[in-house]
This record gives sequence, C-alpha cells and structure tokens, in this order.
Amino acid sequence: MSDKAKAIAELFNGRFGDRVSLGASIKGIQTIEVDVDAWLEVCRALRDEEEFCYEQLTDLCGVDYLSYGQSEWDTTDASTEGFGRGVEGLGPGRFDWADRPEAEDVKQRFGVVVHLLSFKHNRRLRVRCYAPDEGMPIVPSLVEIWSSANWYEREAFDLFGVVFEGHPDLRRILTDYGFTGHPFRKDFPLIGNVAVRYDSQKKRVVYEPVEIEPRVGVPRVLRNDSRYNTDEFDQAADAAAEEVAAQNTVAGEQEN
Amino acid sequence: MAEIRNYTMNFGPQHPAAHGVLRLILEMDGETVVRADPHVGLLHRATEKLAESKPFNQSIGYLDRLDYMSMMCNEHAYVRAIEELLGIEPPPRAQYIRTMFDELTRLSNHLLWIASCGIDLGAMTVFLYAFREREMVMDMYEAVSGARMHANYYRPGGVYRDLPDKIPPYKETRWTKGKDLKRRNEWREGSMLDFIDAFAADLPGKIDEYETLLTNNRIWKQRTVGIGVLSPEKALQMGCSGVMLRGSGVEWDLRKKQPYAMYDQVDFDVPVGVGGDCYDRYLVRVEEMRQSGKIILQCVDWLRKHPGHVMLKNFKVIPPTREEMKDDMEALIHHFKLFTEGYCVPEGETYAAVEAPKGEFGCYLVSDGANKPFRAHFRAPGFAHLSGMNELARGHMLADTVAIISTLDLVFGEIDR
Repeated sequence: MSDKAKAIAELFNGRFGDRVSLGASIKGIQTIEVDVDAWLEVCRALRDEEEFCYEQLTDLCGVDYLSYGQSEWDTTDASTEGFGRGVEGLGPGRFDWADRPEAEDVKQRFGVVVHLLSFKHNRRLRVRCYAPDEGMPIVPSLVEIWSSANWYEREAFDLFGVVFEGHPDLRRILTDYGFTGHPFRKDFPLIGNVAVRYDSQKKRVVYEPVEIEPRVGVPRVLRNDSRYNTDEFDQAADAAAEEVAAQNTVAGEQEN
Repeated sequence: MAEIRNYTMNFGPQHPAAHGVLRLILEMDGETVVRADPHVGLLHRATEKLAESKPFNQSIGYLDRLDYMSMMCNEHAYVRAIEELLGIEPPPRAQYIRTMFDELTRLSNHLLWIASCGIDLGAMTVFLYAFREREMVMDMYEAVSGARMHANYYRPGGVYRDLPDKIPPYKETRWTKGKDLKRRNEWREGSMLDFIDAFAADLPGKIDEYETLLTNNRIWKQRTVGIGVLSPEKALQMGCSGVMLRGSGVEWDLRKKQPYAMYDQVDFDVPVGVGGDCYDRYLVRVEEMRQSGKIILQCVDWLRKHPGHVMLKNFKVIPPTREEMKDDMEALIHHFKLFTEGYCVPEGETYAAVEAPKGEFGCYLVSDGANKPFRAHFRAPGFAHLSGMNELARGHMLADTVAIISTLDLVFGEIDR
C-alpha cells in the first residue's frame, strides 16, 4: 500500500471507524462501503467536513449483484469429454418473462453506488451502500444532502426497485406510464414483458405480450488467467513504439 | 370578475422547441410558470441493460446513439473506462487523434446548439450558417470512420484506423460545377489533415459571423439576458457540469482539472461566465468553439510530425490486421477468439469521465472478470441539468422556458439512455 493510500485509509477509518469499510482504489477513485444505518450521517459529513468537502453528487445508480461472477460457458475445468461446448444456464438476456430465473437467496443483492466530486480538493469518491432486505430494498434518500440525487434516485427506483426513504417525489422516471416490474434487475428479461403498438381497428394503442425470442449471440465467459498482465502490455507497446521510431528515423534519413 | 385559476399545460413531447421528446407539464399562472415537471423516458432504450448482454466492444456503437450530437465524446468515456480496467494506455498518436476528434465533436455539438437555439428564439439565419460548417465536420467523421454521425471509431487501445490520406471531393452536379465546384473543393485537394487544418484556421472568421448575428443583437439579448439565472452554489447542488457550471462562474473543466488523452499537452483557455444566465451560457459556448479550433490546430500540427501506430499491438485485446490474419496462424486464432468471444476484463469497477460538449459524461463500469460488462452506467450531463428545470423555469414566462430548455443543451438520447 502506498503512502497516499494509507493516508486515505487513515482519514476514513479515523473519522468514521467501522461504519465505513474501504474498498479498492482505481485511478485515484477510492471506494468506501457504508452501512445503511450510517448512510445519511456519513454522507452529510462527506459533504460538510473540511477534509472531505464533496460538494457535488455527480452520479448515483443502482446495481443488482444477482449472478455476479457467473458464466455460461465452462472454460477452466476440462471434463473427461473435453471442454463444455454448450451454453449453460439462463444468463443475461437469455430468458423470457415466463422462464425468468428464480431470484436466489443472495446476500447484499441491491447496492446503491454514489460518485462524489470535491471541487475543492479535485478528488472523486465512490460510496456504496447495500440495501439490507432483498425483497424490499430500502435505502435512505440523499435528496436532503445533495439535491441532484433527486432524479438519480427516481431512476434507481424505477430500474431496480430500490425504495429511497424520505424522497419527496419517488415516481418512475424512465419507463412507460403504468409499467410493472423493474427492468434493470438481473431477473428481468432483456426482451421485456409487453410490447406496445397502435391497433388500427381498435383505434388505440394496445399492449401485448412480447413475441420476439431472446437472442444473445456470445456466451458469457469468465477467464481468470494472467494474460492481461499489464507489464506485458507495456512491453509490447514499448516494442511497437520503438519499431515505429526506428522506421521514422530511417524514413527521415532517406528523405534527407 | 371571473375567477382566475392556475391551469396545467402540456409542452411536448412533439414540440419543436422540446429538442426531441421532452414532455413538460407546466403549471401556469397566466403566462407565468409556477411549476415545471419534465417527463422523460420517451426515448428510453435500456442501453445499459443491452450492454450487459454483449461483449465490451459491441457496445461502442450504442454509445454514439446516447448523445447523438457528440458521438465520439461518449465513446471516449466508455473506451477509457475499459482501458482503465484493463490497465492499458493507447499510443500517443491515437491519443492526439482522440483529442482532435473530441474537439471536432465539441464544435459540431456547439454548432448545432447555436443553430437550434437560434431557431427557438427566432433567429433563422444563424441556423443556415452553422450547418454550413457542421457539414464539414460530418465529412471529417465520414472520412475517418465511414459514418457521418454514428462513428464507432474509438476502440480500447486506440482508434480503429489512422487518418486517411485524402478527403473525398464534391462531384460535379447540375447545380455545383465550374468555379463553384472548384471553390467547394479548394480545401479537399490534400490529405485529411490539410482539410482539418484549413477548416480550423478559417473557423474564427466563421464564428465572428455568428457573433455578428447574435452577440449584440437586441432581440437576442432581450430573450436571453437575465433569463434562467443559475447561481454557482445552486449549480453545484444540482449536479451541473460543463457549460452550465462555467456559465455560472465556476471555473471547472475536466480537460484542465483531471486531464485525459492529450489535453495536458495542448494550450487552451477555459471561458467562464459571470451572471449564469442564458446569455452567459451562449457566450461561453461561442468562446469554447474558438478554443476548440485552437486545440484542433495544435493536434494537426503534432499529427503531421509524428506518424505511427494508432492502436496497441496486443492481440489479446486488439484484433490483428487483415494482412496479419491471413499470414499468421496465431493472428488468425486471436482474430477468431476476439470476434467470437471478445476479451475478458479483470474484475473491478471504475468511473471514467470526459468533458463532453454538454458537461461531464461519465461511464461507471463494473466487471466481474467476464467478456461482458456486469453493469454499465452512463452518467449523462443533460439528466442532471434537466432535473433542475423546475427551479430554473419557476417564475419565468412561458416563452422563456424555451430559452432555458435551449441553453440547457438537452439531447434525449443521453437523458433517457
């Protein structure tokens, strides 16, 4: 851990203790996870206190962690018949409304992820909070702290069904009037549930069950091998750059 | 005397000044807006959900269709997010091409903005002028990517291909011939860089023309000065970014504050407004166009001097060229794997933001180690801006809401996603 990361860890743990747990930091954006009970208190401190001073809530979105890390195609364990070649299971987009997978008993299924921006320190922060109850995910609303959370929370409610307690106007925002279900949940089919068209005989818009078939081309595959090692990338890039530089000097000499 | 009551009015979704499919429910007291409730989502296509069922590269094209006025800037945020998760860095030439095309995109966006805002507020001429220049930016898009709008040009690890050696000239038609044809093709005789160079060098004069039409125009000022005033504190609270923030006097530009691509290598200024009204936002956008021209010229200059790769050479992420594929067995295998399966991205999450013409366009990407994103979320600047519509429009006249909607620079592709 670098000094900077250590300083950040101390800053958060020193101020909030075990109500906050530190996550990874990629490209200078630190992730912290906050208990739902401390959600409002921590966020208020993040906005108001001098060492944090996150004046703006840039982004808020819901995440459904159902089926996290699941693949449709076994690539690592060769069985006696060789690699499995068939697509297994009902991955994202492969099911319709009738065969949607049963929501398994997943702990911490719904998360709310907030991206904060401090203009004063020129720093970003990612704050995550898991909704405690999967059946009825409830998270306190941040509208009182950052008013920009208003529409983002409506969006997360609409798409994921996360209920923001204390939100002044929690209506659906992106889906159709009278829509049922929360379309971005992992157990909601990609092809949707109902289709809308204008019926010229009835002279009105009608809703019908969707007729299209789920069609996902590429299977979802997880590969945890070392070939995305960044060092190798850098070496390859350096080699390529040197090659180009060599070519350019040759070309330049020829011109001269 | 008859009793006077508030009444509710429907503005849009098929109103020319609604800039797409905004449905605005306005509660009116006479001609004054008491409450504005925007209804969005009429263009919702679930881009983020679609991205979850496709390999990473196949979603780049969807990004063009979010903010369809600033196509390449959206792509930039997305490919940057993938690059950050993969831990790769594109070669400098690709970075300069991206910088140049981001600025061309900004130009094209602001040109369209000035054109449509002019029309909304009754200035027809500027529309025709701005589209004259915008057409050339479209030609550049087409020359480099093959498509006038939905370019699909950026890739993780660089850009799809290098700049072409020539730009297609206009052909002779019954209406365009002789001297006229020659004039129109004057810039198109050399390489693409020559064309961009000539275009960018000529740009300040063209922007002067728009300014002559608008900046001191009495009607224009009456319609915009003091309308839709946004204080800096409010702008921060509402989640504003880009011109909305700078128009209110907050000096904040991701290109300067959190530089990406080659923005730390080029010289440009960030214009900042004073009053935070519609007129200031107009002035900021016009000045941004001038600065974009300046950046483009610097990029052209660098690109002329430094030929080289525009893509990383790494077959695990970047497909081999056609020639390599036909020549080398291993390249063929990589080609096959990349186009049937794609590449897996290490587990992690990232947020990459770019200064898109409308504000901060961000991409929050969660990967669980698969060849498809686990969750992709796109942070659209217009979404935050429109959410403040009620506060901005309250107390204004009905006709002023048009000016406010216009200077928010809304595009429903990105708001509804």
